[in-house]
Amino acid sequence: MTVQMERKRAAQSASANGKEITLDVKSLKVYYATPTGDVRAVDDVSFHVYRGEILGLVGESGCGKTTTAMAILRMVQPPGRIVGGQVLLDGIDLVGLNESALRDVRWNTLALIPQGAMNSLNPVMRIHTQIAEAIQTHEGKQPKEKLKKRILDLLVTVGLPSRIYDMYPHELSGGMKQRVCIAMAVALHPSLIIADEPTSALDVVVQRVVGQTLLDVKQRMGVSMILIGHDMGLQAQLVDRIAVMYAGHMVEVSPVGSIFADPLHPYTQLLIESIPSIKERKPLKLTEGLTHDLRNPPPGCIFQERCPKVMDICRADKPPLRQIKPEHYVACHLYE
Amino acid sequence: MSDALLEIKNATKIYGGSGFMSKGNTTVALQDFNLNIQAKPATITTIAGESGSGKTTLANLVLGFIKITSGQVIYKGVDVATMDKRQLMEYRREVQAVFQDPYAVYNPFYRVKHIFDMVLKNFKLASSKEEGRALIEDALNVVGMRGEEVLEKYPHQLSGGQRQRMMVARAYMLKPRLIVADEPVSMVDASLRAMILDIMLRLRDEHNISFLYITHDLSTAYQIGDNIHLLYQGSVAERGNTVRVIENPKHPYVQMLIDSIPVPDPSVRWGGEEVTTLDDEQMRAMVESGCRFYNRCAFHMERCLTKAPPMYAVGGEAEKLTHEAACYLYDPEVEKVAA
Repeated sequence: MTVQMERKRAAQSASANGKEITLDVKSLKVYYATPTGDVRAVDDVSFHVYRGEILGLVGESGCGKTTTAMAILRMVQPPGRIVGGQVLLDGIDLVGLNESALRDVRWNTLALIPQGAMNSLNPVMRIHTQIAEAIQTHEGKQPKEKLKKRILDLLVTVGLPSRIYDMYPHELSGGMKQRVCIAMAVALHPSLIIADEPTSALDVVVQRVVGQTLLDVKQRMGVSMILIGHDMGLQAQLVDRIAVMYAGHMVEVSPVGSIFADPLHPYTQLLIESIPSIKERKPLKLTEGLTHDLRNPPPGCIFQERCPKVMDICRADKPPLRQIKPEHYVACHLYE
Repeated sequence: MSDALLEIKNATKIYGGSGFMSKGNTTVALQDFNLNIQAKPATITTIAGESGSGKTTLANLVLGFIKITSGQVIYKGVDVATMDKRQLMEYRREVQAVFQDPYAVYNPFYRVKHIFDMVLKNFKLASSKEEGRALIEDALNVVGMRGEEVLEKYPHQLSGGQRQRMMVARAYMLKPRLIVADEPVSMVDASLRAMILDIMLRLRDEHNISFLYITHDLSTAYQIGDNIHLLYQGSVAERGNTVRVIENPKHPYVQMLIDSIPVPDPSVRWGGEEVTTLDDEQMRAMVESGCRFYNRCAFHMERCLTKAPPMYAVGGEAEKLTHEAACYLYDPEVEKVAA
C-alpha cells in the first residue's frame, strides 16, 4: 500500500498550466534485438496525458504506437526491451518497478483494452463471471450481493442491458463484446486506460456506439485514456489531444482542434489529406517513398525520405520537438 | 441482356438447416440478390454493408467457393453452375480475386516469385522462362513495382501495401475481365490506401477490368465506385449510382450508416439520430416476413411487418433507373394517398 500513498502524494505535486498530469513519458526508448542490429521501434519519445483527457496516439502500422503502449504497461516481450527513459504514472516510475509492485499497478491504476479485445473474452464463461474474476483477482473475495450490484452498475456505465449478465460471449455482437471489455477495464477505477485500436474490427455504426461509450465513461469516471488508432476521422470525434508518431519518433503533439485546422508537420498534413471524404469526390492523393530501415536511421530528420518539403538541413540535423503555438508541438525544421 | 459480363439473378444463400449440429436453424445470408455488370465500359460496382450483411457471402458465391441455394450466377450468358470443365477454367481465369488480408495469402516459406510462378504454371500462360518473366515484369509495372526489387524476397520482407499491390499484379497477369476485391484496403495504411485505389481506377480505365468492390467503408466507395449496392441483413436496402446514393441517401438504414462515418473535423459531431445496435438474439428474433430493419428503424410502420418492401425508385423522374430504395416510405401509392 505504500505505492498507493506515494502515488497520491506525487499526483498532487505534478501539475502544469493548471492541469494535472496523470502520465508522463520521458525519453522512452524501446529497441527490438535482431541478428543485424537493434530496431529502434520507439526512439526517445516523450509525451504526457492530463487527468480526464483522451490522448490519441496515431501513425501508420509499424510506427511504434503499440510498442509505446506496451512499454507503458511494461509488457514489452523479448526480443524487445526498454532501453531507457521514464514512465511516470501519478509520479511513480513504472520502468523501475519490480514484478509484484507492477502487479499492483496493472489493472488497479492502469488498464488495457487490447487490439481485438472482443476476442479476448473466454468463450465458456458467462459475462458476469469474467467481470467478477477481474475484480476478485485484484481485490480479493467480495460479498455476493455487492459484487452483483457492482457488475450490473458497470454494465449500465457502458450502456449494456442487464440481461447480458448471464449470457455467454457468443450471444453478443462484436460491439457489445467490446463494451464488456471496456466494463472490465473500468471495473477497478484505474486512472489511465490504454485502448489499442478499440474499434478497428467494427463497422461504422458499431464503431460509433463504442466510441460514444468511451466518451461517456471518460465523462462519468474522469479517467484518462490513450486511444491508439490510425483512423483520423474517429480520432477527431473522440480525443482531446493528438500525438502523431512516425518511425518510432514523436513528430507532432497538439490539441485536436489545432491539429485539424492547421497541421504543421508534413507527415501530419499527409495523414489528414489522405482521409477519404464523403463530402466531395476528389482525385486520390498519392504518396511515394518508403520508410527508412529502422535499424539504421539516417542522420537528421526521420521523415526526410518521404517529405515533400525536405531541405538540406533536414539531412543533417534532427529537429527537436518544439512548441510553436499554445500546447502545439512539432518536430520540423520548417518552423524555426 | 447479352452484353452483360456478370449477371446475378435472385441469388439466395441459406446456411444451416441440415446436419445434426444446426437443429434446423437456418441463417439467410443473402436473399434475392440481383446484379448486372456490363461488359463495356468497365465499372467498379461496390457492395457495402456492415458485418454480417452478406457482402462476403456474395463474393464467395461469385468466386464459386460456396454453393448457391437458389438463383443463378451467369457469366457471359452461361450459368456458372452448368459450366463444363473448359468453360469453368476460363471463368476461373477471367474472374480473379484480391482478398482483405495481404499477410495471409502468401506462404511464408516461399519467395514471393512463387505466387507468380504458380499462376504461370496452372494456366499455362508462358511457353518459356523468358516469356513468363516478361509477363510478371509487365504485371508488376502496372502496379508500380519492379521485379528485381521484390521477386526474390520473402513475404515478411515486404510491407502490407507492397503485398497487396502484388496480389493485384498477380490477378492482372491473367488478363481478367472482373476482379472481386474483398475489402482490399481495410488492412492497409491510409497513405498507401490511395495507391491501391488508384491502381483499381487505372485497371478499369486503361485495361477494361471491372471490379466487384466489397467493403464496409463508404468513403472509399464514394471516391472510386460507379454503382453501389447497400446490403442490410442479406437484402439490398438501397442501390444506384454511388454519388447519388451517398450524397442523398433514402433508406433509413443507409442514412444511419452515412451519419455514423466519423467526420475528420473536431468541430463537427456525429450527426443524425442516436444509433442502436442489436445483439445476436434480437437479430435472430427479427421479423422473418417483413422489413429486416424494422427493429432499428425510426420510421417503421405497420405494413413494414407484414411484407418486405420491394425496390422503389427514389429521387426525381430522371433518376429512376439509377437510384432505388427498399422502403415503404417511397411507395408512390402512399405518396398519392397522402397528397
